[in-house]
Amino acid sequence: MTKLRLNRKQLCIPYAVFLILFVILPLLVIIYYAFTDGTGAFTLSNLAGFFTNTNTLGTLLYSFAIAIVTTIVCLVIAYPVAYILAKSNIKKKYVLLMLFVMPMWINFTLRITALKEILTVIEGNISMYPFINTVIGMTYDFLPFMILPLYTSLSKLDGSLSEAAADLGANGFTVFMRVTLPLSVPGIISGVTMVLLPSMTNYVVLDMLYNSTYIMGSLIGSYFSAYDWNNGSMISLILLIIIFIVTLVTNRFSNEDSSGRTLL
Amino acid sequence: MNKKFKLTAILLTAACALCAIPLSGCSGSEDTVVLRVANWEEYIDLGGWGEDEVIDLESGDIYGENSVVDDFTEWFNSQDYGFKVSVEYSTFGTNEDLYNQLNLGDEYDLVCPSDYMIMKLLAEDKIQPFSEEFKDETAESNYYTCGVSDYISGIFEENGWTDYAACYMWGTTGLVYTPDKLINEEDVSTWSILTNTDYNKAVTVKDNVRDAYFAALSILYADELNDINADTQMTEDEKAEARSLLLNATDEDTIAAAEDILKDIKDNVYSFETDSGKSDMVTGKVTANFQWSGDAVYIMDEADANDTELWYSVPEESTDLWFDGWVMLKDGINGDKNRQTAAEAFINYLSRPDTAVRNMYYIGYTSSIADDLVFEYFDWCYGVVTDEKSEDYYEFENIYVYDVSFFFGEDSYIYIDMDSVNVDGAADVTAEFSDDEYVSGYTVYAGGTISSGRQVFAQYPTTEVIERSVIMQDFGDDLTKINQMWINVRCLDVKDISVTLVIIIAIVIVVIVAAIVLYRLRYKIFYKKRKDKDD
Repeated sequence: MTKLRLNRKQLCIPYAVFLILFVILPLLVIIYYAFTDGTGAFTLSNLAGFFTNTNTLGTLLYSFAIAIVTTIVCLVIAYPVAYILAKSNIKKKYVLLMLFVMPMWINFTLRITALKEILTVIEGNISMYPFINTVIGMTYDFLPFMILPLYTSLSKLDGSLSEAAADLGANGFTVFMRVTLPLSVPGIISGVTMVLLPSMTNYVVLDMLYNSTYIMGSLIGSYFSAYDWNNGSMISLILLIIIFIVTLVTNRFSNEDSSGRTLL
Repeated sequence: MNKKFKLTAILLTAACALCAIPLSGCSGSEDTVVLRVANWEEYIDLGGWGEDEVIDLESGDIYGENSVVDDFTEWFNSQDYGFKVSVEYSTFGTNEDLYNQLNLGDEYDLVCPSDYMIMKLLAEDKIQPFSEEFKDETAESNYYTCGVSDYISGIFEENGWTDYAACYMWGTTGLVYTPDKLINEEDVSTWSILTNTDYNKAVTVKDNVRDAYFAALSILYADELNDINADTQMTEDEKAEARSLLLNATDEDTIAAAEDILKDIKDNVYSFETDSGKSDMVTGKVTANFQWSGDAVYIMDEADANDTELWYSVPEESTDLWFDGWVMLKDGINGDKNRQTAAEAFINYLSRPDTAVRNMYYIGYTSSIADDLVFEYFDWCYGVVTDEKSEDYYEFENIYVYDVSFFFGEDSYIYIDMDSVNVDGAADVTAEFSDDEYVSGYTVYAGGTISSGRQVFAQYPTTEVIERSVIMQDFGDDLTKINQMWINVRCLDVKDISVTLVIIIAIVIVVIVAAIVLYRLRYKIFYKKRKDKDD
């Protein structure tokens, strides 16, 4: 009787099945719907419709605005925290890090519900400031995704490099700008990717904080719930392409950086 | 090759084994029908009542120990139907979700969509008509056919739904509000409170296109509707038809005008909500809240428990009279007689007066069943005395006879104590009753507190409210246009971005770029200077 042995290729089967069922097939379905009309005939009108409708374009801009502002806010808050955590010799710094990561273990709708009450106490009527609230909510939601990669890249950073710079006469600011910051770019890039892209579509936060203006995620949802699979799929596809482009661009940046690092 | 084959064989066997488990479950006891039911979330009694929640009617106690679904299964299997049933109960969040699920191939035998979705499914020929046995009025076990209110069955007959749909719950749409916070009491007597800037960011509206469109049209045609209501020449039927024409209009001009109004509403409301409106109302974050009558009852009960006083008003222009009904689906039933029998038995079980009362108590909505027991429950909830000749009657100075004959049949009225309804004296309720046959919309709706009163008007509307109600039809082919309008309302229009904002953003970007360039340049300047020094 021959033994049943799994070779390495066969170990990939579960993932391949997963990939085909939940990534490739849905993608094909999206592409099919995006380029057909209600009757199933080929059409480009969905594509043209997206770029000629001032409302969908406005939504795209609005999503970008929310995502970019959220990312900047996250970065501004997370960088100092990650820097201090990575540099300091506090014994309990893992506990501190855990404090930042712990919210991720709680379901985010619960956290946003709590945030809603906090904001109501601070602002009074939270529906007055939909944009700011959305940014606060998204920041609350995505901050750990920014802190963690920054912390990782900053703590891996070789301390002797900044010491050397200081020995050669650079002041603290110059050391930071010329040594620490460039070396932490991979962390920044992965943090930005992890915050920017999801915050373009995370419409649950938007809904829960009473922002009644759609972003891309809610726009797709609204087309689907109106049984308009074609336009909804087209917008999903366009969003996918945008995400793809953003990923390409950030990858190029981080590649450039790694080559820069080897030069150092 | 051989190995691969073996692996495939093992995988296949495993897959077969997995598949076989449910299959064998079915084939083992062939006469068990799995009834697949889809209902709204929180739309049926799930049992587990506290001991103090027993409804002690004179005809006997009503108490929800187990869920209605379990009770049905147990009851059905104890009957002599010749087969067993087990219920696969699932829920959906919106009519559109349900419709999408059906189109994606989910099979259900019995679903509970709203009126317009029933029309849509009917137009697509997806509904299995009821059997003759189900419609037989002589059989006592046909609780639905025997028990449904003549008022409801009349409307269903008019619309041609009788053979296909059994009404489960029904109600109106209106405004739940906090009376203390109103600037004028009249403000809640009109839908235009949604665009009233006195209530800027203090009102909410439903986040679905149909309810929002109805409110927009009511505001758009407010004058016309008020004229119709005040008209003395027209008959009631003519009035109803005229109202229905206005509020079911889907021509392009109306849609465009509605878009403008909805944009105003969007700027004015606290939120477009799907569920959060209930808690925001109870916690006092908003003053008024577009609401379905059943949820209004639920919210007012919640508020009572929190010592907050909320009232319900049906604006004077009109109200959307809605129905949720059970329909059997052709795809699910698939010609199976037993399955259809089980589905019809399920409807009848829900229509059994005691089950109807349990559901009404649990979810707050109003059942379509007009049985004596339901009336008794209604009286138990809100009435203070049952008999005009009883001694208690004279203890109340301000009793109002609330007439619900339109629903329960002749001489159905209960005695409400208006003093308990109106503890805070926020509304002058007594003056309105003496002469008028009915009670004017907002004044009485603005009634009362705690034990009895306010919920009563939401649970069974007054005859006057019924008269000015409209049934909102399915949008049909105009659905796409209206949905696009809704998306336009909700999206940011590039054309609406203000020039100042663009300038500000441009300045910010320029400043950032300039800063970066300057920063880079700084080194060049620095370098040059050093060079100069060296020279």
